[in-house]
Amino acid sequence: MSYSGERILLTNQRESRISRYRFWVMLVIPLAALLFQIYVPLFFRFLKFLDLPLLVVIYLGVMRRNPVSGLLMGAAVGLAQDSLAKTPLGMYGIVNTLVGYFAASIGMKLDVENVTMRLLLAYFFFILHELLYWIMQRALLRELPPFDWQGWLVTGLLNALVGAALFHFLDKLRVTA
Amino acid sequence: MESFLNRYRNITVLLLTILAQLVLLSLQVKNDQDVGFIRSWTVTAVSPLAKLADAVRGGSIGFVRDYIRLHDSDAENRRLQQEVDNQKLQIVFLQNQLNTADRAKALQLFQAKVPSKTLAASVIMTGLGTNSMVFVDRGSGSGVMRGMGVLTADGILGKVTAAYLTASQVQLVTDPEFAAGVISGKNHARGTLKGYDGHLCKVDYVAFDDKVEPGDWFYTSGDDRMFPSGFPVGIVKSVQPGQPFKEIMLEPSGMFRGLEDVLIVLDSVHQEIPDTPPGNQPVYVAPAPPASGDAEIATPAAQGVAAGTDADRLKAAYKAAGDAQGHTFGEDAPHSKPPDFTKLAGPGAATKSTAPANPPATKGTAATKSTAPPVQPGGGQ
Repeated sequence: MSYSGERILLTNQRESRISRYRFWVMLVIPLAALLFQIYVPLFFRFLKFLDLPLLVVIYLGVMRRNPVSGLLMGAAVGLAQDSLAKTPLGMYGIVNTLVGYFAASIGMKLDVENVTMRLLLAYFFFILHELLYWIMQRALLRELPPFDWQGWLVTGLLNALVGAALFHFLDKLRVTA
Repeated sequence: MESFLNRYRNITVLLLTILAQLVLLSLQVKNDQDVGFIRSWTVTAVSPLAKLADAVRGGSIGFVRDYIRLHDSDAENRRLQQEVDNQKLQIVFLQNQLNTADRAKALQLFQAKVPSKTLAASVIMTGLGTNSMVFVDRGSGSGVMRGMGVLTADGILGKVTAAYLTASQVQLVTDPEFAAGVISGKNHARGTLKGYDGHLCKVDYVAFDDKVEPGDWFYTSGDDRMFPSGFPVGIVKSVQPGQPFKEIMLEPSGMFRGLEDVLIVLDSVHQEIPDTPPGNQPVYVAPAPPASGDAEIATPAAQGVAAGTDADRLKAAYKAAGDAQGHTFGEDAPHSKPPDFTKLAGPGAATKSTAPANPPATKGTAATKSTAPPVQPGGGQ
């Protein structure tokens, strides 16, 4: 199967290919992403905009094309994020669960090897993540966070760019047939 | 039922997961209690990695910082070392310049004081395979001829053995084939100077009954028609009795300060042989300046004081009295009338009578000339 820049939709089910990863990769990559998010901004504050755990959830979701796996990964990473944040457990968990589920569902329909598609997916899911989190803050915690959509657009773009590079790196950890 | 679950498995799992988290969330919000074990698990899982990362970071940063610091230190060390080396080179260069200037000045002064006509030259190279031959930068084009003596301010150095147009070959006094007539300053023992081993010289043909001791100075005698008489040759290092001649080893003084600037004797004017070593010759000390800076410096004649000691002045006074009365000391008949010494003139009169032989000097340099002892080469050094 050849992938071109013009094709972004898969025409049939056989064209979708499930990427497989070793168990330690599935464990270490999310942990490393969490570690990055809690440790690196201590020294490089400007990197705080990066949401690597979310990007990892998106990547694993779209590449494995398994909604259950995606949502469980999202839930685990989200709960871990909650555990390391001040938020009640479940806030990031629910949002990441949804992102993992939708990423895996969309990954079955799209050519996720395409760089542009990856950029768009990362951008879309980042915005979705921020929006869902904002809604949950208002609905479940009765908080009134600002609706900073411009900030979301900008940080979404930056995260998408970093995500594209990260996805390229994570591709090398796939198990080849 | 089974097919229904299979069909909606994904959405079912999603809903269950979200429901579970919602319950978890609501429990926390409602009871205002945290679910500690989940946080504990997460923190327990992540904190070792964070510690490891921190250790790696600290070690890496420390290593990089040390490396940069050491790298900078090394670079700075090299720069400082280079600077020190440059300074050392500069010091050596300046010292050489100073030495050269000193030597040139000493040689110039020496040249001005020596009555012989000399030509300044520089040693430009040494002879191949020998330490007792050099080349100087003056040749026949400058009037140098074979056989001319070569001096330094400290003594004789050698003789010109070949004069080329732009350079001359000089045979040093330490060459075994070199020979020059010498005479000791103390007892005037004559001999022939010869090179010995490239460093010392020997004095041949000094009769066994001539008195020469270690430490005596030898001077050129002028007998060789090469060097004018009176130039220092060297100092006696050892004297061995022998028949019929003494064996005298001598350290040549012309090479005390190396071989760089020399004088070639173009026209010889003989000098007196000093009886004191160059280093021990009397040093002229100028009279103390007058109290007032504006005062005229009076000459000895103007002051009416004769040069010399009190005895000299007294002798001159008696001689003047005798001359005035027509008496010649030591020549008149034994029972002739002695001069009337009651008519002794004062010191001023005695000076006046001797003044024509010693014309009054003008102030300053002339006064110095009239009283200064003859300056010998190497004197006072």
